[in-house]
Amino acid sequence: MEWANVILQGILVGGLYALFATGLSLIFGVMRLVNIAHGDLIVLAAYVALLCVTQTSIHPLLAIFLVAPVMAVAGYGLQRILFNRTLGADLLPPLLVSFGLSVIIQNVLLQIFTADSRKLSAGAIETATVPIFNGLAVGVLPLLMFVAAVAIIAALQFMFYSLPIGRALRATSDDPEVARLMGYDNRHLFGVAMALSLAVVAVAGVFLAVRANFDPALGPSRLIYGFEAVIIGGLGNLWGTLAGGVILGVAQAIGAKIDPGWQLLAGHLVFLAVLAFRPEGLFPKVDG
Amino acid sequence: MRESDKMIKTSGSTRRQVVRAGAAALAAPAILRVIPAHAQSRTLKIGFVSPRSGPLAGFAEADDFILSQVRQVIGQGITNNGVRYPVEIIVKDSQSNPNRAAEVAAELINGDKVDIITAIAAPETTNPVADQAEANEIPCVTTNCPWQPYFFGRNGDPKKGFDWTYHFFWGLEDVIAAFLSMWDGMPTNKVVGGIFPNDADGNAWGDPKLGLPPALAKAGYKLIDTGRYTPMSNDFTAQISAYKQAGCEIVTGNMIPPDFATFWAQCAQQGFKPKIVTIGKALLFPSVINSLGDRGDGLSTEIWWGPTHPFKSSLTGQSAKEMTDAYMAATKRPWTQPIGFTHSLFEVTLDVLKRAKDLKSPKSIVSAIAETNIGTIVGPVKWGNGPVKNVTKTELVAGQWIKGPNGFELVITTNKPAPDIPVGGKMKPLV
Repeated sequence: MEWANVILQGILVGGLYALFATGLSLIFGVMRLVNIAHGDLIVLAAYVALLCVTQTSIHPLLAIFLVAPVMAVAGYGLQRILFNRTLGADLLPPLLVSFGLSVIIQNVLLQIFTADSRKLSAGAIETATVPIFNGLAVGVLPLLMFVAAVAIIAALQFMFYSLPIGRALRATSDDPEVARLMGYDNRHLFGVAMALSLAVVAVAGVFLAVRANFDPALGPSRLIYGFEAVIIGGLGNLWGTLAGGVILGVAQAIGAKIDPGWQLLAGHLVFLAVLAFRPEGLFPKVDG
Repeated sequence: MRESDKMIKTSGSTRRQVVRAGAAALAAPAILRVIPAHAQSRTLKIGFVSPRSGPLAGFAEADDFILSQVRQVIGQGITNNGVRYPVEIIVKDSQSNPNRAAEVAAELINGDKVDIITAIAAPETTNPVADQAEANEIPCVTTNCPWQPYFFGRNGDPKKGFDWTYHFFWGLEDVIAAFLSMWDGMPTNKVVGGIFPNDADGNAWGDPKLGLPPALAKAGYKLIDTGRYTPMSNDFTAQISAYKQAGCEIVTGNMIPPDFATFWAQCAQQGFKPKIVTIGKALLFPSVINSLGDRGDGLSTEIWWGPTHPFKSSLTGQSAKEMTDAYMAATKRPWTQPIGFTHSLFEVTLDVLKRAKDLKSPKSIVSAIAETNIGTIVGPVKWGNGPVKNVTKTELVAGQWIKGPNGFELVITTNKPAPDIPVGGKMKPLV
């Protein structure tokens, strides 16, 4: 029973990791950009949510519908103004630019919001639980996070494989030169991809803000699990990213059950094992 | 090791003397022309390092308020042996990073040529600054870091101590005493869940020889310690189920705010309801408690300083209450515990500079530090009676956050370790 609880909680934490990782996975899949500022963008979204909630006093979870469009527009602008200028054959310049962006976001947030530890209070839902059976219960909030992760990935997957814009994005991802020859505007498409990525980041940011305290320096520490989930699941595969997140969450939960000191180690070991034996990830992108 | 120490010492002091003499010779004519009455007086420089940015920035948020107060008081300079000296305080940001702290300390020592260097807030800033001061033979006073991480974290030898660096704050034994006296008299089953991260504080608190485990056992408590977790953890299910199984009614430990928020939400989600939750570090700041909403009511923590402490500033004459009121009026923010300690650091430093027999000699300034005996806003500071040569301790009590009509208030619920600090209320269990 106890083990069932541990694994269940691990799966739910996996949903959180998948939420952190989906935006990363999407950006890497479309334009081979490793966004070091991803964690800081999540924290930025959390602060945007904080502003929305304090200004309009709406429920934090509803703030998602305000924050996501704001972040999407910001993402489109960021891509068109900044990242598009750095993309090329070399992977390094965009990586360095995103690193610089990470430092800038942290310090701007510190200037505006101070170092105070903040949190969005979602009221009773934070501590509400759903009984499963035999005294086993899961929190409503973690469950909601997991459902959100699945829903987002399903929606993105549908978009990628069933809508014209998805076809365009896939074409650009497969061969940017030929896609351009066929009349696609790469700059615009990359902007759309970044907008989508930051919309997902907005959801992750709001959940992060409701789940625990955040402050301007929090971003990088949240980034590593996102990276690991992406690598475990396979680069550029969104369902793989969800699976990667869950595998990471469960591995950590089992490690913690043995000894809390093993919690993160167990996750990192799984990550290393995947890198060593299946460097392309468990579910690499299959494109014909 | 000793050889190299000696080399640094001889070369360092020679260079400094040369530079000082040179600077004095250059500056003397200029000063003579402007204010002939104060022929010998030069500007005394105090270096101050604090984490103004980065994860520990909360500890330094009151710096600007305190500095403006202190600068106002010393506007005319200070008097030493009947001569008035202007004083300059040079502030540097450690960015909560030990490497950066060492770098700015070196800048203050070698570039600005400070007479005395000071630092606050956690070993990340106090230790590298003190290490630089020790190596360069510059007097140094620090505070706002428990003394064990300060002293043993710098590989201090209790028999020898340090020559140039002094520290005042409380220690782990005081936290343990304060927590125990708070729990005593509460109707619990004396089964305690211990949650300690794998960092400097967590390992010291959970140490099987010097930390909480032996002290709790001696006081008749049963500690359930599941082991050290890595900070910024996202899941505390393993700990919570262990505490539930053992029937813990008290939870204690040392956590950072995001970890505590995750832990505390999961406790509720998984149906674990302890009677007492006393956590070090995470629950110090009102902003954190406010962010927890109603779930913050009744949580308890250690209290280093607050408006009801019966002490006065030797610089401004303010009582603790007057100081926190002035801070809240000036910044529109709730008071925090570091305010008193940062202020007292300047009280001690300026007192030292006033008393030093020969301000040209760093040795003489260090002797003045060692001879300090001053009543500050955080209580008496007097080295020589501490657990080790370079450390003197301030008083520590503990208390509980209580939600009142004007938001959360930190109420002292036990003063057994320091009876001169008044109690503000009686401890209430969470459930």
